[in-house]
Amino acid sequence: MKKVLLSTIGFAFLCRLNSYAQLKNSPNVNKPLFYVGAPSKADTTAYEARPLYIDEFNLVSSYYSQTGDHSAITGGIGTQNVTDISNGIDLKLAWSNNGYSKNSLNIGLGIDHHTSASSAFVTSTGGGKQDGSRVYPSFDWTYENTKSGTSFGLGSYYSGEYNYKSLGADLHFSQKTSDKNGEFSIKTQAYFDNVVMIYPTEFVAAVAPAPAGTTYITTASGNLVLSNGSGHKQSVSLPTSPRNTYTASLSYSEIINSRLQLAVLADVVQQSGYLGLPYHRVYMSNGKDTLEHLPSSRFKLPLGLRANYFLGDNIILRSYYRYYMDDWNTRSNTANIEVAFKVSPFFSISPFYRYYTQTAAKYFAPYEVHTLKETYYTSNYEYAAFNASFFGAGFRIAPPKGVAGWQSLHEIEFRYGHYTQTTTLASDVFSVSLGFK
Amino acid sequence: MMIKLTMRLCAGMLLIIMATSCVHLKEYQKSRINDSEMALSNRKAEKNELNFQSYLEASSGANAGKTGGGCGCN
Repeated sequence: MKKVLLSTIGFAFLCRLNSYAQLKNSPNVNKPLFYVGAPSKADTTAYEARPLYIDEFNLVSSYYSQTGDHSAITGGIGTQNVTDISNGIDLKLAWSNNGYSKNSLNIGLGIDHHTSASSAFVTSTGGGKQDGSRVYPSFDWTYENTKSGTSFGLGSYYSGEYNYKSLGADLHFSQKTSDKNGEFSIKTQAYFDNVVMIYPTEFVAAVAPAPAGTTYITTASGNLVLSNGSGHKQSVSLPTSPRNTYTASLSYSEIINSRLQLAVLADVVQQSGYLGLPYHRVYMSNGKDTLEHLPSSRFKLPLGLRANYFLGDNIILRSYYRYYMDDWNTRSNTANIEVAFKVSPFFSISPFYRYYTQTAAKYFAPYEVHTLKETYYTSNYEYAAFNASFFGAGFRIAPPKGVAGWQSLHEIEFRYGHYTQTTTLASDVFSVSLGFK
Repeated sequence: MMIKLTMRLCAGMLLIIMATSCVHLKEYQKSRINDSEMALSNRKAEKNELNFQSYLEASSGANAGKTGGGCGCN
């Protein structure tokens, strides 16, 4: 680990030395970089401030389908079948006040709808709700000064689904190097979440004796429902538990030469609060079930490296590597390679492969393996030891006159991937992205 | 063992990059670097892939994506 960190620091330092060394020898040392090569005649054109305009508009839709046999709701056994349809809109507005500054406003809205077979087993009879929706708007403002290479801004997020609400905010800052070939960025994020405490029905104590002819039902939507013969229902709201996440994201990107550029990324993440889910069962070695119990804090440290290389005239290698560690003893390695083959300047095919491997968290054990002596326990296979492969291909079309002659639609991208885990979980995802200008 | 090997590979990659050193490029020399496929970011169509990976796997982060917020666990 020390080697990697020292190498990263050394690499950034050497890059700086190189840049300054070349700047000293450059005849353009006192000129801003974007004037290099420009006509020597002074530009007398008066700059006009540009009012608010739509810079970009993106639509992304995905269909996701999953199968598996290790649901956390049923204690590490049982169906994990899921389908999910998601749609997202991103609108980027921009305006400028003078020749070297730009403000941009990103407004996003996403809506997901899923079906989950395991959700039905929140009720012990398997008759619970199997679907749900999530809505997640976002907002980001960024100010950019192209002269100094500085940008900063702030953002906010919300995510709401029937059993989980999340509110987030961030501050971000970036600074380009004097030669505009490198950029350092920092982003601090905070998420304030609330988990709705929906327990499996066998753990729900009766609130009051049910009147004659009626029964209490715990629905997967999180309510205790009193149902009588006439169909009248009374809902009882459930308590929530907080979960807070604080993140500092650092990145440094650098153009190495005319064909290679890379970025080093690091996140420092601290979570606190209720980090499990209340409807996750754990079956102990004595055959009895209880609720998942996890520590109230977690520290995560993912370190990433991204390198893109332009090979020849029409092949681009996009690579990514991540090492991850946390204080629950999970270690993971992720490696991703994508080969973008440009069939023409405006059409590319990009097959990709991602390999992932992780060790188990110290609190994980499968069905009926945990013992009563343990303080923390989960049978959620997210924390199991496994390997995973993800492969597929993407197709991108971006003709200069717009897709199918429609000038506003400047880009369309299709992407399909197949994911498999050694836990038996498998899934397929298909996405479409439309870019408008 | 695997982790040590990976770390050594990672350190080796950085050493190779350092050995080649960084070149000061002028704007007109950045035609390949400025190609949209060369962007050091996730593709727009990858957004939901990153989302499902983050709830199927214990690790997340260091990929310019979200590190918290939203359960996505149903």
